[in-house]
Amino acid sequence: MIEVKNINKSFDNKLVLNGVSFAFEAGKTNLIIGASGSGKTTLIKCMVGLYKPDKGTVNFDCRDFHELRAKEKRLLRQEIGMLFQGGALFDYMTVGENIMFPLTMFSHASEEEKTKRANFCLDRVSLPNAFNLYPSELSGGMMKRVAIARAIAMNPKYLFCDEPNSGLDPKTAVIIDNLIKEITQEYNITTVVNTHDMNSVMEIGDNIAFIHQGKLSWSGSKDCIMNSDNKELNDFVFASDLFRKLRSQGSI
Amino acid sequence: MLLTLQNIGRYFSMLFQVFSRPEKGNVYLKKVVYEMYHMGLNSLGIVTVISIFMGAVVAIQTGLQFENPFIPKYLIGYATRESLILEFSPTMIALILAGKVGSSIASEIGTMRVTEQIDALEIMGINSKAFIIQPKIIAAVLFFPFLVIISMFVGMLGGYLAGVLGGLLSHNEFMYGLNYWFEPFHILYALVKTIFFAFVISSISAYFGYFTEGGALDVGKSSTKAVVYSSIVILIINFTLTQLMLA
Repeated sequence: MIEVKNINKSFDNKLVLNGVSFAFEAGKTNLIIGASGSGKTTLIKCMVGLYKPDKGTVNFDCRDFHELRAKEKRLLRQEIGMLFQGGALFDYMTVGENIMFPLTMFSHASEEEKTKRANFCLDRVSLPNAFNLYPSELSGGMMKRVAIARAIAMNPKYLFCDEPNSGLDPKTAVIIDNLIKEITQEYNITTVVNTHDMNSVMEIGDNIAFIHQGKLSWSGSKDCIMNSDNKELNDFVFASDLFRKLRSQGSI
Repeated sequence: MLLTLQNIGRYFSMLFQVFSRPEKGNVYLKKVVYEMYHMGLNSLGIVTVISIFMGAVVAIQTGLQFENPFIPKYLIGYATRESLILEFSPTMIALILAGKVGSSIASEIGTMRVTEQIDALEIMGINSKAFIIQPKIIAAVLFFPFLVIISMFVGMLGGYLAGVLGGLLSHNEFMYGLNYWFEPFHILYALVKTIFFAFVISSISAYFGYFTEGGALDVGKSSTKAVVYSSIVILIINFTLTQLMLA
């Protein structure tokens, strides 16, 4: 479980996160949703340690990340996998080398063991023949899947996904969503997904935090998101014409 | 002024982290070899072409200055050698490499920054500054002196071809001039300068690449800044080392 408590973060005197507290549960896909500029990415970056919050704590199973010593932080980071918006695969490495990279850096596994693990991860994301390809030879969806394979290579306890569906067609987006959900349940990972895609919300939103202007405005599951009386949340959810029509037809 | 001081402070703070202990020595070693090939061997072509023409031009221009029959012709060979060893090969090649290698380092690291590859390294628990920059600096410091030595030889060959085949002086005169009053210390001076230049080119370019903010346009700006600042620092160091070692 990851618990953020009273997180504040500002840039150039502009408050981006204002007292955000939330508990991200293990074995569930926890979603951070909100409009662009609401502070979602800042929150996720505070959680993974790319930003240091001005105030507040980020606890990974009772370990306060920002209070840990450098060595402890490094060890904790090995328990974290992250899927970036653009994949963030290393261009000069093949897909296989990308997936084996964390193993090369942090394990004493032999080349054969690393290759076996990389192939296993590639099979898991349904890309069995991509081992020797370079990132430039992959489509957007394939890149995301390879990034997921790299993120799970070290058997992480925590998986962070920053807008995993951005730039993908709806069909591929659903495949990625389902893959994230399956992996979360299969390995009992605490998964945190940052998205503004309502399809993702309805597909995988076990535990949702809605951020509005840097504050936690609403939290709950996908089952109750449509019936909320939170004005900001309704503005966000029903911004889509499709959802408005569904509501007017009484389908929601 | 404040911004300049901030940049200088951030540069030295970066260097401090760059030279921290590597997580996995053998991975870093492989990266050093890769960078030597990528930055060093790939620069061999341009260094050779520039040096041969540089040597040829130095020989021709020196020959034109020595029209007085009382000045021995072998001095063309001597002046070509001295110009190449003392200044042209180390400094000119460093400026060329600042353009070629420096912009390549800055744009490569800048692209890694804007495509979040550096963030990915940090989240994995890897010291991204050390992992990305340290092998580049080591490779540059180890390989650039070889490029400069090659440049010296090729430059002298260019001077020979222009001088002897161009009819300015004979083969024996040129060879005598090349060997005349040779100071091995000048080679040491050139190599010391080159090591400093290699460090400056790789570290300053890496600095601008690493701290790129924004998108593709900013990667281009970082690349330009890397070349400009590296070139300026090269000239300042050239002056300082010349004062210290030769004056």
